[in-house]
Parts: sequence; structure tokens; C-alpha cells
Amino acid sequence: MKEAIAGTLESGDIMVTIGPGEGLQVELQSSVAAQFGRQIKAVITETLEGLGVTDAHVQAVDKGALDCTIRARVTAAAVRATGKDVWKD
Amino acid sequence: MMFVPGNNPGMMADAHIYGPDSIMLDLEDSVTMAEKDAARLLVHNALKSIDYGNTEMVVRINPLNTPYGKKDVEAVVKAGVDVIRMPKTETADEVRELEAEILKVETEIGRVGETRIMAAIESALGIVNAYAIATASPRMMGIALGAEDYSANLKTNRTPGGAELLLAREQIVVAARAAGIACFDTVYSNLDDMETFRKEVELIKTLGFDGKSIINPRQIEVVNSVFTPTEKEITKARAVVAAIKEAQAKGSGVISLNGKMVDRPVVLRAERTIALAVAAGVIDKEEVL
Amino acid sequence: MRNSKVVTLEQAIKRSGLKDGMTISFHHHFRGGDKVVNLVVDQLAAMGFKDLKLAASSLSDVHKPLIEHIKNGVITGISTSGLRGELADAISHGLLKEPVVFRSHGGRGSSIANGEVKIDVAFLGASACDELGNACGVPRSENAKSICGSLGYALPDARYAKHVVVVTDDLVPYPNLPAGIRGADVESVVVVDSVGDSSKISAGAIRDSKNPRDILLAKQAAKVVINSGYFQDGFSIQTGTGGASLAVVKYIREEMLNQGIKASFALGGITAHMVKLHEEGLIGKLIDVQSFDKVAAESIAKDPSHVEVSAVEYASGEHLGSATHALDIVILSALEVDTQFNVNVLVGSDGIIRGAIGGHQDTAADSALSIIVCPLLRGRIPCVVPKVTTLITPGKSVDVVVTEYGIAVNPARPEIAEKLKAAGLKLVDIKDLAAKATSIIGTPDPLPFGDKVVGVVMNRDGSVLDKIYNIQ
Repeated sequence: MKEAIAGTLESGDIMVTIGPGEGLQVELQSSVAAQFGRQIKAVITETLEGLGVTDAHVQAVDKGALDCTIRARVTAAAVRATGKDVWKD
Repeated sequence: MMFVPGNNPGMMADAHIYGPDSIMLDLEDSVTMAEKDAARLLVHNALKSIDYGNTEMVVRINPLNTPYGKKDVEAVVKAGVDVIRMPKTETADEVRELEAEILKVETEIGRVGETRIMAAIESALGIVNAYAIATASPRMMGIALGAEDYSANLKTNRTPGGAELLLAREQIVVAARAAGIACFDTVYSNLDDMETFRKEVELIKTLGFDGKSIINPRQIEVVNSVFTPTEKEITKARAVVAAIKEAQAKGSGVISLNGKMVDRPVVLRAERTIALAVAAGVIDKEEVL
Repeated sequence: MRNSKVVTLEQAIKRSGLKDGMTISFHHHFRGGDKVVNLVVDQLAAMGFKDLKLAASSLSDVHKPLIEHIKNGVITGISTSGLRGELADAISHGLLKEPVVFRSHGGRGSSIANGEVKIDVAFLGASACDELGNACGVPRSENAKSICGSLGYALPDARYAKHVVVVTDDLVPYPNLPAGIRGADVESVVVVDSVGDSSKISAGAIRDSKNPRDILLAKQAAKVVINSGYFQDGFSIQTGTGGASLAVVKYIREEMLNQGIKASFALGGITAHMVKLHEEGLIGKLIDVQSFDKVAAESIAKDPSHVEVSAVEYASGEHLGSATHALDIVILSALEVDTQFNVNVLVGSDGIIRGAIGGHQDTAADSALSIIVCPLLRGRIPCVVPKVTTLITPGKSVDVVVTEYGIAVNPARPEIAEKLKAAGLKLVDIKDLAAKATSIIGTPDPLPFGDKVVGVVMNRDGSVLDKIYNIQ
């Protein structure tokens, strides 16, 4: 795994950086951390587990993204980091 | 039909609140090469999760002959998109190729025949083949003009009056009507000139188009106000519809209004007026039935 | 002049008899451009004062130097309409020992008038003042350095404070009349380089919006106004801050022209939009407690039917003659509305103070029709919620809530619902709006509030409405 980034810092988006790590470590910065931090981290973790990623260091800077956006950005970063696409070629 | 860039989650989240008839999430021109993968995932997840209500959801994919096109098809069909918009369509074979790709994915997920196709025609060759394209597949629901590429292909420029687009527009309307599908006009990108935009919408309505592509919610009101029938038109259409019902009740094949026989085209126009009025929300559906 | 009251700030403070533990007051007509609060409190600190209570009409980002003065014990109590920025953040985290007391503008005015709030020394910034203390917020000479328009929030202080110091950046010859602050009420006049940056009076809460969502909200709110039954010749109107509630005026104007309807007056914070309608002959009088931008400030300087009123005359609940009692329609914004139509305009969904009560409580309570315009969601922050974080305006005075996902009418006002339905507007139950928000963003976790009270929200009648706890 190499380090990869997906997403932006625009409002409604989340920027996700994924790199090598042991186990899943998720660092989150979010303006809605108090109310949604737990849920955002859960979505990140579930998405990575769904992709079979069990060891990674994740940094996420959230700008109020919805869960579907978080799933998309985490998947994109993971695909870029691992080189394994979710679609057929 | 409102265009929304496929890599902008903020805009994708609430595009439907402005009340467009359909939303086109774009994976093609508004997304850079480096972001094609990320936008595809974003559109896939948005379609699966966001409740767009009754808004028809369209995704413009990348051409199949690029490295992105087939993955785009897989991603959006799996997310249950209503319509795939194929850009730069030039021949009926291209439509059939897309149809085959869609069928492959639909078969895999057990949802065969649900995905419809809209073809954007953006070149001289495409205009020449418009009818063949419009009839290339039973999935075809409409054809649309893409004017930027088309006018470049003609070796001319876009003008406010749109003289350079006249044949293309008429050809698209005629081909769509002959094929029994819908037709949509191109975008108008100067948001500060609402007057020219309104004139363009009036023109394409006169030409027979079913709708206009837009790039900003601010344009919706203009399109709706041009396409919404006037009160006078609705009153007249209602009278015609009432006459039809009366004739049906009597079991008579001849429809008459104010003592005159109503021709078939008048009936069709009245029905279309009522349909547009319902679509625009100025009259209730229940009221008509 | 023989009886000149002009002295230095230090002399004025000494002359005022100010002692530790006393209450000083300020107005916020320069909003984010205010320089008087920081200037005066710095001087008080330098002179060794401690334990002062600060009674401001409002405080904003520009007042963050107060954080140091609170830490040093110079300021130990605050009452205000609002708090923003770093000061608000620090107070939300428990900086101040005593809770901040929040009052509406009308509530502050009547509390000063009835003696519940006692001000020992008022320091009131003015754009022009003569040697006897006649002071106003508009330029009166070629040397004028600032303009803020109406001094409405300063007028109760000028009238009822035990000692009044006018701080001005343009000393003009007597008589500086007409003037809202009368020399008879003023003990000292202090001349400084600048009382405020006029370019910032429309900063902060007030924005003119091109945001398509704000435009959508404004159009919907205008439809509510137009079809409410109150949109008749001679009606009166007020708009709050926030892009959407300001933009409504534009769409109402079109309909006033269409139907040939004119308004008798516009009230409150007066904006450039309102001035435009007034100058077009669509609004009779502008009753101005606070000029929301430079155009409004310039208008009050030259137009006799653009009138300055005090906070008491504007919105006191105790004084039946106050203007809000004659108000037909008010359009307000909100941080949160709950399913009981209660509104919060003070505390963010993160539990941090980030707003102001302003005239919200007053106008919602007294007007015939109150319309709240707010998006269902701001990013991932819900604005229609099961229960507001902090209660500011009770739901019984809120009639209609306009969001981008639908319009909800308070069940207590069925006649308004009928009128809007008849006009073809689609109404939704406010509970459905809250449920819609939850379906999009999920259910937020409870905020990590501590057990220290950092703020007390007063109702305009002087009773306690709610408490704000520290956030951890």
C-alpha cells in the first residue's frame, strides 16, 4: 500500500488520506465531530472492512459530508492506495 | 434537465430541491482525468443513498472508447440510475454497444431492462444519423443536442441567435418525433444574461423540443415559465378534454365543441397542454382525472 | 466654550465616579467595526479597575481582546444580546465565572427603563458630538470620520445611565441638533481618533446572497407573505439578518408593484433594500433602531421620514406604544427550529454560542405574522430538530417556517395554513421536516455539555427562558 488521497476541502466533502498502518487507525477532523464524529469514523471503518482493508492509517478532514460521500471518498482513496479497483476492467 | 458536476458532493446533495424535472450527474466534461475514478464512486454512492424523490436521475458517462466508459456503466447501473446519457453519439452502432454493456451489468444484478438511454448528438455525423440513433434501441428515451462540440465540428461559432444550430435542432426534433421519443435542447452557459436565455427557450419550445438542459438552478424558473401553459391555453384545453369525455360518455366517435367538430391534432395539443400544466404543478393531477 | 464637557478618556472615567464592581455599558452600532469597547476597557484596565460588569447591546468577533480582560479580572460579568467569534467560544468553554445574561433588544431596553438593569457609566460612541454632548451616528461636518446611522440601542443608556460619556471622532460646534443623544443626559465628551470602522457595519451577520438555496428560500418566503392575508395596502414589515430573509424584500417588491400595494412602514434593522423601496415610494416611513448598512445610515442622515427610535420605542414588551405592536409581518432567520416551533438563534448545534437574540423574541411575539426562514440543513448540521439546543423564541409566537424542503405552518394558526393552501403552496408537517433531516444526515449524538451555566437566556418580560451550559 502507498499513501493516497481522495476528496476535497469543499463544503459537503471530506478529504481522506490513506497510508500504510497496523490495524485500522482513523484520525478525524470535523466541524461536526461532537455530534457525528462517532458515526463518521464508523462509516470509514465499515467501508474499509468491506473492501478487505484491515491495516491502514487514515486521516480524514471532514467538511460536513454525508455518509454516501464519505463512503465514496474512502473507497476512492483505498482504490488509489491499493491499486485494486472495485469495478471490472 | 439540470447538469451537476459529478465530483461535487455539495451540489449533488440537494440539486433536487430546486425542482428540476431531471438531474444529470456528469462524469464526462466537468470531471478531470485524474478524478474520473473518484467522481464515479461519488455518483454511484449518491444514487444509492440520496432520496431524489420523483426527480428523474440521469448520468452522463464517458464515451465507451475511453478507459472510463465501461466502468461508468457498471457503477451507475448497479446504483439503479434511470437514464444513461451517452455523449458524442454518432451512429446507431454506438447505441447498441452501450445497450450491450448495460445488459451485461443488468443481467449480473438481475434488473434487466430498467436502464434507459439518452443519446447526446454533438457532431455533423450524429445529426445526419439522428433518426437511426433515435431508433437504435427500445431503451432509447430521448436525444439531445450538444451544441459546443457540434458548432466546433461545423467549423463555426455559437451566436446569441443560434442560426448555426437551426438545422441540428430541427433535425433532432423531427428524428425524435418520428421515433416517438423525447428531445432536449443544449445548455446556455451565460448565467448573467437571462433575457437571451429566455429567448432561446422560447425558440426551442416553438421548434418542438420537450425541454432544455440547464447548468444552474436560477435557470429553472425561466424554463418553467416558458413551458408552462398560460391560463387561457389551459382553459381551452380543459374544454377540449371535457368534450372528449362527453363524446366518450355518449359512445360517440365524433368530438364536438361549441358546435364544431374537434380535429385530432386539436385533441392531441389539448392533452399535451394539460400534461405540461400538470408537470409544471399549476393544476392537480386528480383534478384532470 | 464656557461649559465644555470635553475631557480625556482618563479624566472622564475619573469624573464618572466609576468603582470596582460597577456596571459599564456600550452600544454595538458599529458592529464588527466597533472600537469603543476595546479602547475603553483597555483604559479601565490600565487604570487598575477590577470586577466590572459589562452591559453591551451586543458583542462580536472584534471584541476578542475582552478575553484577556476577563482573565485579568477587569471584567467579571457580561450582559448582551449576542456573542460571536473567539470571545463566544471562550465563554462557551467556561471562561467567565458568572453566566452571561442574554436579552433581546426590546428586553434590554425595558430592563434599563424599569431599573432592573442599572448602568453606572455608559460609554457611547458617536460620529458627531458637540461640546455639550448632543450626539448622533451620522456625519455633521466635513471632518466626519465615521457613520453608523441610528443610535437606537444607545438611547436607553443615554437616558437612564447614572453617568454618560460620549466618545466621538468628530467634535462639532454647538448645536449638533437634531441629535438622538441629548446633551442634558451627557456628563462628559471624549474625542478619539476613531470610534469605529463604518465599512464593517454590514459585516458579520448580514450578507447579500447569490446562493441558489438562499434565493429559493427567499422566493418561498415571499410567496408566504404575499398569500398570508396580511399583504394589503398599508401593511408593515421587518426583516432580520441572514441572506435569505434579506433577499425576500426583492421578491415582495415585485409583487407590490404588480398589485399596486404600498407599505406604511418598515421597522427594525433598516437595510439598503428597504431604503430603495422607501425612495421608490413603496414604503411610507422607515423606523430605524439600527442601520444595517451604509446606505441605510446615509439615508437616515438626510431623509426626514427615515426615523431613529430607541430600543424601548422599537420593541419593549412593557411599553404598548413600541413599534413592534403595530408590526404586521416579520421575516426572521434561525439557527434551529424545533417541532414545537421554538427557535434558537444564539447557540450553534455544536453547543457554542455564535449568534444574537437581537429583536427575534420581540418581533415574533408582537407581530401579526412571524415567518422563520432557514435551510433544513447547513452542511451536516440540522436546522429543523426535535428540540432546540437553546430556547430563544417560544414556539407560540412563531407562525410559519420556510425551508427548502417545504413550508410548515404552526397548527395554532390554521387560518394562515388555509390561505397558503388556497394559493397552491404545498405545506408540510414540521415533524416531517425534522424526520427528513434525520433521514439525510442521521441522528446526531448528544452534545458534550458540562454542568456549569455559562449563559442565561432572558425572555423579554424579564423571566428566565433557558440556561446555556459549558461545552467540553
